[in-house]
Amino acid sequence: MNFLEIFRSSILSLRANKVRTFLTMLGVIIGVFAVLSLVSLVRGVQNFVTDQFSALGSNLILVAPGRVGFDQDPGLAFANNKLTAENVDRINRDASQYIIGATPNMRLGKTIQYKTKRYLASLVGTNSNFLSITDLEIDYGRAFTKEEEITDAKVLVLGPDVKNELFGNRNPIGEKVKVGDTYMEVIGVLTSKGFNADERVIAPYTTLQKVFNTKNISGITIKAKDSDSIDKAMTEIEIALLQDLKDDEFTVLSQKDILSSIQSILSILSVGIGSVAAISLIVGGIGIMNIMLVSVTERIREIGLRKALGATSMTIGIQFLLESIMISIVGGSIGIFLGFAAAFAAQSFVRAEVPLWAVLLSFLFSVLTGVIFGTYPAIQASKKEPIEALRYE
Amino acid sequence: MPPLLKTINVVKEYDLGDVKIQALRGVSVEVNKGEFLAIVGKSGSGKSTLMHIMGLLDTPTSGEVIMNEINVTNYKEKDLARIRNKEIGFVFQSFNLLPRTSALDNVILPLKYSDVPRNTWRKKAEDMLNMVDLGNRMNNKSNELSGGQKQRVAIARALVNEPSIIFADEPTGNLDSKTGREITDLFSRLNEQGKTIILVTHDEDLAKIAKRQIIIKDGLLNGE
Repeated sequence: MNFLEIFRSSILSLRANKVRTFLTMLGVIIGVFAVLSLVSLVRGVQNFVTDQFSALGSNLILVAPGRVGFDQDPGLAFANNKLTAENVDRINRDASQYIIGATPNMRLGKTIQYKTKRYLASLVGTNSNFLSITDLEIDYGRAFTKEEEITDAKVLVLGPDVKNELFGNRNPIGEKVKVGDTYMEVIGVLTSKGFNADERVIAPYTTLQKVFNTKNISGITIKAKDSDSIDKAMTEIEIALLQDLKDDEFTVLSQKDILSSIQSILSILSVGIGSVAAISLIVGGIGIMNIMLVSVTERIREIGLRKALGATSMTIGIQFLLESIMISIVGGSIGIFLGFAAAFAAQSFVRAEVPLWAVLLSFLFSVLTGVIFGTYPAIQASKKEPIEALRYE
Repeated sequence: MPPLLKTINVVKEYDLGDVKIQALRGVSVEVNKGEFLAIVGKSGSGKSTLMHIMGLLDTPTSGEVIMNEINVTNYKEKDLARIRNKEIGFVFQSFNLLPRTSALDNVILPLKYSDVPRNTWRKKAEDMLNMVDLGNRMNNKSNELSGGQKQRVAIARALVNEPSIIFADEPTGNLDSKTGREITDLFSRLNEQGKTIILVTHDEDLAKIAKRQIIIKDGLLNGE
């Protein structure tokens, strides 16, 4: 019997038990689907983070309070926050050769209210340089001035999402909105940048310090002149900050460093999650072995008959092995299809994508599952003596 | 003319751990081409064991099996499978058709294990099914056929590779007497056409349709 005929016999046997074949396949389908959908979801999160970072601007350097590292409690770092606006002034002075500008950064989650409408926005305090440092642009109206920064003017610039939510199509310029207990005037609206950048509301940090009675800032954002200046700028910033702070009271990070460490964490996470999901593939494989062993017993007379009619042990073994491999290949393919479908469905939330390595790996793994877990039943089937098999009741 | 199939002093022992059972204790039989032979014996006499050894489904503990003047006793599993496919047809008591498979595909099954070209399979199987008067039921699944029809499909399957010997193990055992007669008539007709047939049965009346009977008792040949 040539290989093609054994292949046809396997297909006929699988088709003769459609429901059982499908149920056996289900383990592999779910396994491959789980691997692909989880990996693509993590990939989506990775894309999201990258997009977020790119939306911040380019050639950025960030100063965070405390020592940032895996051995430090980030909560503690913020609690002992020593960063102040004076540090920003010093950076602007001392590192001016390599930087475009530095701005304090304050972040507060606050409800903005206009008449009866409320919106929980990310309230960001910066100085009047923020347009040149971040990639933000004014759609209409204007940004606040140095003057307004110094005088703690109660003005703010709305992100497009905030504006749409509170004002709809109306022009908000000149309107007063309530932030906490304070009324502030809307002077501008930002151009849409996508993602949560659009949910921001920007105000002078001096105003926020006064209104919310806080002196500290959450961090400092600095834009280097170009990518070649980043390293030199970071050194200068560090030297400037050391004049007022101890070296464990701040950390200077480049945007690139942060992004690459997040990327590497997410990559490890994606492999980790993929591996956990791969366990379900092993369970699926055990399912295949189970059913194939039952099938060997159930079809023992068929095995005897085939042998009586001229099948060799090898032919019988290959037929059974092919049956389990086909279950795993078809199951794997359906799983891949569903994985792509899930990634597509998730598009509205994150930019999920199915990486090629995950497709190839999970397919290979599912085929291997069929081979590994199909071998034992196939050997069992091939070893049946024709007489024993024909006598079996 | 030399015998088509010959056993010389065949012994078959089954090792059941503590005890050894001798199913055959030295049986020598010769079957000539074109013969219709019945092997008769009660349940447990060893007749089925003899048929299995003659049909190359099993190997003897000692003794020899000669087919077409070739000693096949020590042939490898693969070679025995090839001889079974080319030279031997089997008809079983319980038909042994593939379930949920058409009559035609059941008859084609032995051809799949042969070197017969694929494009001739269908025609050969159809011819055989026509010969056993099942031309109109070829595409019916095996479970849609009556007992007699199933056994005729099994006979068509046994004939399709044009074997030199057909073994029939209690072929009417699962059939009513009328259908059973139709099947035995079919065997007689096949024998008249020159086929060598070995019928294994416990039924002495049924054995009478064969031209020669041998009786097996307690693993020994007990007369003709």
